[in-house]
Amino acid sequence: MSDKTTTPREITFRVRRFDPDVDTAPHWSEYRQHVHDGMTVLEALHQLKAEQEPTLSWRSSCRMGVCGSCGMFVNDLPQLACQTQVLHLGTDVVTIAPLPNYDNVKDLVPDLTPLIEKHAAVKPYIIYLDQIEIDSPTGEFLQTPDQREEFSQFTHCIKCGLCLAACPTVATDPLFLGPQALAQAYRYTADNRDCGMKERISAIDIFHGPYQCHLAGACSQACPKGVDPAFGIQLLKRKLVLDSIGFGKKKSSVAKIMPLADVVKAIEEFAPPPRTVGK
Amino acid sequence: MNSNKPAYNNRLGIKGWVYAGKYTFERYLYLGHRLTGMGLIAYMLLHIIETANRMRGVVAWEGLMGLFALPLFKMIEYALFAAAVFHALNGVRLLMTELGFFLGRPKEPVYPYSSSIKRHRPLTYIIMALAALIIILGGSSLFFP
Repeated sequence: MSDKTTTPREITFRVRRFDPDVDTAPHWSEYRQHVHDGMTVLEALHQLKAEQEPTLSWRSSCRMGVCGSCGMFVNDLPQLACQTQVLHLGTDVVTIAPLPNYDNVKDLVPDLTPLIEKHAAVKPYIIYLDQIEIDSPTGEFLQTPDQREEFSQFTHCIKCGLCLAACPTVATDPLFLGPQALAQAYRYTADNRDCGMKERISAIDIFHGPYQCHLAGACSQACPKGVDPAFGIQLLKRKLVLDSIGFGKKKSSVAKIMPLADVVKAIEEFAPPPRTVGK
Repeated sequence: MNSNKPAYNNRLGIKGWVYAGKYTFERYLYLGHRLTGMGLIAYMLLHIIETANRMRGVVAWEGLMGLFALPLFKMIEYALFAAAVFHALNGVRLLMTELGFFLGRPKEPVYPYSSSIKRHRPLTYIIMALAALIIILGGSSLFFP
């Protein structure tokens, strides 16, 4: 990122290729291509595929950093290809490889199954005292802005998996739950509507759980949405410690439910101003 | 996956935590913490073997102590001291962060994003400076008593 030149120039792309039908191990291929100002790595790959290498494979969808599909190892850092501008990388040679720490399905396509499995393992949903209330709600949960801010940051996760690719612990411990799942575990346990710590703890408080994290901070550096999963893991550790010594969330601090009739009344009290157009 | 062909195992393995590459300072501390931790465990085992030599009699013990008086072992002793100081002080940093201190509070991510890693970096610098100071002072008292 040192050289932020915006002059269009020819760039060499070193792309790691792997075709399971032909190859037993990946190899590198080089392509030269003109890159213009503002062009992202994803756009460069599309151009490369259209003009030079039609068999090149990768995964992408939204092209605007929302779907989390196009995570790649660009110049030795896990990044979203759609959010990374080629000329901002400041190098004449751009290396693109699939995300490490995942199995490589083909070319730049990682198998994100472990990410999804670990995410599911921590029960990433609200677990309330009364399941009937969840299935057939009689009202709405009350939550103050401060209560929401306790976990709001961690709701921005797009499950791109960059954090697991960056994590040094995941590199050697495939069973480590990893930054994504642990941050999501914190996101739900910190939610005042949730009472699921008892159900979640058997999946979280394990040998391959949060205490394998020694705060390398690589996950937070890699996260393209500012979720800061390393922070979530530290807060989860604190919560586990506090719970174990009896200072955890008390039943009285669990969100109250406002009956639907009161919700309607509250909405009516804060009715919008009368229409000024199209009367 | 529709393909029956096996995917390529792309796990970084030991290289993933030995090579910190373009990551930030804390990634190197992670590496240092693990290496010194493993070194201290290895030392504990060697230390048990070493002290067990006392059972072989005075001559064997004094011979071993004579070996440990060599300059090479003094250097190893110093490296051990430095590893213990780094591991202990970095461990204090990790303990404090694990209890949620010096990390700030969660807040809505607004670009350019700030991270808890950056927020607790002053603590990191202070602790590493303290470790360096103790290691230097320890070296001066070991080599220039």
